Amino acid sequence: MDEFERREIILEHYQNPKNYEKVEDERYIKINANNESCIDNLDLYLLIENNQIKDIKFQGEACAISTSSTSIMITNLIGKTIEEAIGYIKNFMAMVNEEKYQEDLLKEGIVFNEIYKQNNRKACALLPYRDLLNTLIEIQKKNA
Amino acid sequence: MNREDFPMLNQDIIYFDNGATTLKPKCVIDKTVEYYSLYGASAHRGDYDIAYKVDQEYENTRALVKEFIHAKHLEEIVFTSGSTEGLNLVANGFFKHLLEPNDEVLITKAEHASNVLPWFQLAKTNNIHIGYIPLDDHYYVTLENVKKAITPHTKVISLAYITNVIGDIRPMKEIIAYAHEHNIFVVVDAAQSIGHLKTDVQDLDVDFLSFSAHKMCGPTGVGVLYGKKELLEEVEPLLLGGGMNESFDNEQEVFYKPLPTRLEAGTPNIAGVIAFGEAILYLQKIGMDTIASYEKKLRQYLVDKLLLIPHIDIINIESDSGIVSFNVNDIFSQDVAYYLNKYNICVRAGSHCAKILKNAVGVKNTIRVSLYFYNTIEEIDSLVELLMDKDKILKEML
Repeated sequence: MDEFERREIILEHYQNPKNYEKVEDERYIKINANNESCIDNLDLYLLIENNQIKDIKFQGEACAISTSSTSIMITNLIGKTIEEAIGYIKNFMAMVNEEKYQEDLLKEGIVFNEIYKQNNRKACALLPYRDLLNTLIEIQKKNA
Repeated sequence: MNREDFPMLNQDIIYFDNGATTLKPKCVIDKTVEYYSLYGASAHRGDYDIAYKVDQEYENTRALVKEFIHAKHLEEIVFTSGSTEGLNLVANGFFKHLLEPNDEVLITKAEHASNVLPWFQLAKTNNIHIGYIPLDDHYYVTLENVKKAITPHTKVISLAYITNVIGDIRPMKEIIAYAHEHNIFVVVDAAQSIGHLKTDVQDLDVDFLSFSAHKMCGPTGVGVLYGKKELLEEVEPLLLGGGMNESFDNEQEVFYKPLPTRLEAGTPNIAGVIAFGEAILYLQKIGMDTIASYEKKLRQYLVDKLLLIPHIDIINIESDSGIVSFNVNDIFSQDVAYYLNKYNICVRAGSHCAKILKNAVGVKNTIRVSLYFYNTIEEIDSLVELLMDKDKILKEML
């Protein structure tokens, strides 16, 4: 994927983010994601049924990288089991942190494969992942 | 003006974040080095020549501050670590012992966190009430609104002289005069004004005034709390220890030193205080009125240019200080800051520590350009040119 394509995808998800809405439904778990060093602040709403991610929505204020990263993440996680979702998240984190990762599993998430070159924006791409991962691991523990 | 005095400007940067901190002229940097290289001993122990020299230099800065803000007495100048410490000292060392349940402190929604949170804390510990002076259509504080906000319970008004997002210069002298007629204390957060506007504490008749050295070309980690002598005498030190005690024998027999040392426990930031004196001399040489009028001219130029760009919304079109807050339509402020950074332009994005301002302005985050005397028309032209093309911002901000 060249730079132009990457930018197109990121901008599309920033300007028209998918699953962007506030949820009042009590069945959803609310997860706040924010970065200490910047002003990004997003709420994720997670709906899990029978060990499967049925739905995720998000809402808040964040930069282009954080917003598009969240939109892309959600698109890729809906429908996955908790285990599959944890695998996807860990794989994405490995890519951003310049560790070994599986490219073919990431789908559009691959647009951030060069974000490591901008140290100050790595945290933006990872914003929704960290807190969602923690929540999923906790749910997994409870279920075990 | 005076760009050649600032080593930081030898790099290829445009520095527009002066509201956060200002650059340091070489004379201030040199003075720090001078202290550590030539007489790097502790203060208040002049048993040998270089220690005596330290005391002279340290107290010389106090005298320079006194003159700079036109205080009446040297004892009214207390060195702190910065504006924040000064405001906390006033709230917790003075008002905590004075305010009773249901007493009221008036602030505004445009205040910086350091002029909000210490009062919030007192609201909890002393059960006092926090009231807000309403901001007008320009987000300014007017004397009329102060009059309206005051209640029989109001005991303190605590305001920034210049706010750090809106940049309005508050009519402090009139507010203070009115407040005093009603037996209300006035605390002024001068962090944003001290380096930009002539300060005369006697003319203002202010009760307490706090500021930082680093926002006026001085070093970080140094500030000043000014207080009227008779009030400072009543301030309980928050820090106890070396330097501030006269003698002690047991818990019943502890004697503190007189002002201002009583409020300066521990080894102070000696290098910082000494270099701060140099910063004051430097600003005085340029002249505070010259700085203020130059900044005003620069600001007007920037605002006039930004007004021509249809995709830019300025939050504070009219304001007398060098602060301009704005947004590029539909682009998150931090993305614009990242974009400008690619061209070595330093601006700030966010809420700028004024986190309750969003309730008044309706906008949570902005891009803030804060100017100082070493900024130029050419630098503003570079900024404006980069902001003119929204597609370019969208293309390059990632």
